[in-house]
Amino acid sequence: MRRSLIPAAGLSLVLLATGCGIAGADEEDTVRVYSGRHYDLEQAFRAFADQTGSSVEFLYGGDAELRERIAAEGEDTPADIYLTVDAGNLWQAAEQGLLAPLDSATLREAVPEGLRDPDGRWYGLSMRARTVVYNPDRVDPAEFTSTDTYADLADPRWQGRLCMRNSTNSYTQSLVASLIAGHGEERARQIVQGWVDNDVEIFSNDIQILENVAAGGCDVAITNHYYLARLLADDPDLPIQPFWANQDGRGVHVNISGAGVLANADDPELARQLIEWLATTGQNSFVDGNHEYPVNPAVQPEPLIAGFGEFHYEPIDAEVYGELNARAVQLMNETGYE
Amino acid sequence: MSGEALPLAERPAGPVAPHRRTRRRGVRRGWAAVVVAAAGLALIPVAAVTAGAVTPTPAIWRQLWSTVLPDMLGSTLALMLCVAAGTLVLGAGLAWLVTAYRFPGSRAFGWLLVLPLAMPGYILGFVFLALFDFPGPVQTGLRAVFGPDVWFPEVRSVPGAAVVLSLTLFPYVYLLTRAALAEQAPATYEAARTLGVGHARAGLRVVLPLARPSLAAGLALVLMETLTDFATVSYFNVQTVSVGVYQVWKGQFDREAATELAGVVLLFALLVIAGERLLRGRARYHQAGGAGRGLPRVRLTGARAWAATGTCAGVLAIAFGLPVAQLLWWAGTELAQDRTGLLDPRYAGYLANSLTVGVTAAVACAAIGFLVAHGVRMSASRLTVVAAQLTSVGYAIPGVVVAIGVLIAFAWLDSGLEALGVPGGTGLLATGSVLGIVYAYIVRFLAPGHQSIDASFAKLSPAVTASALCLGASPVRLLGRVHLPLVRAGIGTALVLVTIDALKELPIVLLLRPFGFDTLSVWTYQLAAESRWESAALPALSIVVVALIPVLLVIGRGQRRLEAAA
Repeated sequence: MRRSLIPAAGLSLVLLATGCGIAGADEEDTVRVYSGRHYDLEQAFRAFADQTGSSVEFLYGGDAELRERIAAEGEDTPADIYLTVDAGNLWQAAEQGLLAPLDSATLREAVPEGLRDPDGRWYGLSMRARTVVYNPDRVDPAEFTSTDTYADLADPRWQGRLCMRNSTNSYTQSLVASLIAGHGEERARQIVQGWVDNDVEIFSNDIQILENVAAGGCDVAITNHYYLARLLADDPDLPIQPFWANQDGRGVHVNISGAGVLANADDPELARQLIEWLATTGQNSFVDGNHEYPVNPAVQPEPLIAGFGEFHYEPIDAEVYGELNARAVQLMNETGYE
Repeated sequence: MSGEALPLAERPAGPVAPHRRTRRRGVRRGWAAVVVAAAGLALIPVAAVTAGAVTPTPAIWRQLWSTVLPDMLGSTLALMLCVAAGTLVLGAGLAWLVTAYRFPGSRAFGWLLVLPLAMPGYILGFVFLALFDFPGPVQTGLRAVFGPDVWFPEVRSVPGAAVVLSLTLFPYVYLLTRAALAEQAPATYEAARTLGVGHARAGLRVVLPLARPSLAAGLALVLMETLTDFATVSYFNVQTVSVGVYQVWKGQFDREAATELAGVVLLFALLVIAGERLLRGRARYHQAGGAGRGLPRVRLTGARAWAATGTCAGVLAIAFGLPVAQLLWWAGTELAQDRTGLLDPRYAGYLANSLTVGVTAAVACAAIGFLVAHGVRMSASRLTVVAAQLTSVGYAIPGVVVAIGVLIAFAWLDSGLEALGVPGGTGLLATGSVLGIVYAYIVRFLAPGHQSIDASFAKLSPAVTASALCLGASPVRLLGRVHLPLVRAGIGTALVLVTIDALKELPIVLLLRPFGFDTLSVWTYQLAAESRWESAALPALSIVVVALIPVLLVIGRGQRRLEAAA
């Protein structure tokens, strides 16, 4: 045993040394990003490096886990930017004092008011809509109401026809949170109860939901628009159509992928530059690959999702995604929404 | 573990005895300290993460109790029972089949059946859903034949999840049972045979009951894996307590309440550990006649031989062949579309990183596990026995909780040093080097390390230890010259289990890795997140291929050695 322990101990020491080396390499002109998003990020960051001469390193992980990491690393954190795929975690990071306010005329102009923090601690960079999708062979879109589409799915005429995402998922949680914000807790409970009473089928991923809609396993579902775009890009003939919810009401429910500069950032100036670039010149390289909508009204969405038509959306309310999120989870637990 | 004193060693032996005895006592206390230190090492992150939650938050508990918690406890229990039954039948049954009989392919199946261990549960789960759920080919085919309302069992359910978890986890039971059967001294078996009992009956009545410590250890590992699983159960819509932990933490932004709920998971785990002890019972499993050459193998002929081959091949095909074929298919589609980033030049780096942390963790866990088991032998007391059990605790805690515990513990160390006047404290030790990952892996995977080795120790008679001590061997010499060679099979199993576990592991490496230190599992996850399965197929396959290395190296070699000896 001792014989095998010695090389093991040696190996650990080498590891430790190289590991510390990684931490010590604080290069100039590099901005470091903790990112809950991976897709197409490399390509966008490479474009930024080509255009500005400053390089970007990013470390991918879960939104909530990275927030814990930033908090634990404190002043030693190597990261400059926190980038998430959900507004709730940005709100929470801001509440914990992990983000520094960023005063930027460029960002105020590029990012609409409804998609950023009023205090400038975080800015939306791409938009994903969570809307109703249906199988046109089984549903006439005239069956939907345009004022309050999500709530109407609680009506008994949708009995046995619904598929939705599980309650552990943040998309479901913020949708229910927005129902609480819009209707009050009692009415929101009735709506969720109505879905449950309609025997809604619950799935743990949006792609499965869409495949079920296409196969006729359910008629109507609620999913993020870009999963539909992805499936349609592979097979344009799939029998699934999007329906923009609440167009004569509060607008379709959206979430953002967004970013903020860390309070303990080593290079806040470069971090600001990167976020500004992502909201302007870099919009297309940041959003198009994943079929998301640019936040910047001056930038066109890619053709496939542009084909879904224009829509109006419900502005992001930090309170909805943060504080009401917990109540949404509780409400789903109480109504038996899995 | 043997709770017996070692009477021979304690007996004064002639005039030199008093001196020797005191010296030995001192050494023995040293070994007790080693065991307690290992338990401390495993408990620090748990303590760190629970420190904030010493006073329970009544509101969240009331809310959980009145809503989802009873259901969560119910489905956790149901899932554990189903998986225990499934892995026991598959694991112990197949181990018996390949060690006690000869049939076409029996030797190859001996190590091939370990392979499902390399297949992450969430991949098999995904493939199962893709095949058997409503839009999948099976149900679509049935609908085409029998009409749209044909009945099919609910796939996304506790039984569905139990099937998938059993198929990925049975190798734990299989490996430990096989090691036990290989180590078993043939004396008891031969005695049973001379008393007129047949081969199969001797196996069922004498050999398998004697392998009970290994069966129990394997089952304990399986159940702890089941408890902490998050990905597979959420595919199958099964709300276990671990799912609740994630929901409270990520959905209600309440880490303290989530930690308290993780305490419930831990409670289940302590039950499992206690159950394991109970299963072993008060009986001792020491074997007479030294380390065994294993059992004589009976040659099966005709239909029975082919039935045995068919069973092994069937299990292997479903648990391993099917998902690998699906992954190959996806990888093929992806290559045909020629998307970028597939044959990434950074691949070698990911591979090296995976192997470095995997092998370091495996060697560390096996070494600590061996020292702990040896330490308990040297200084058996209630304290050391309990401390040894506590080293397993990390395995029953979701990886992400262990990772956060390590983060907090290192943050304490950092600010503590700064308070003592060390400028900069430790700097960015936990996430700036791989130290954090390796430490978290040790905490998390000490259980498979210690359990495998401890199960081997349990079969080693204290007489062996006592004779060596009596003949004047020091505990260190005893460790190297007697215990080490005699529990070699257990150490090999420990190395394989921990390496494969560490290769597959995701939440810890995802949260604690330094910038630029990506591994195969991180790479797979980056591509698989947001359901991009096709892109993730190739890296997922590479994890499976890399996991083959320890299987071939340790299991394959062990088997050849056994066969050479037989």
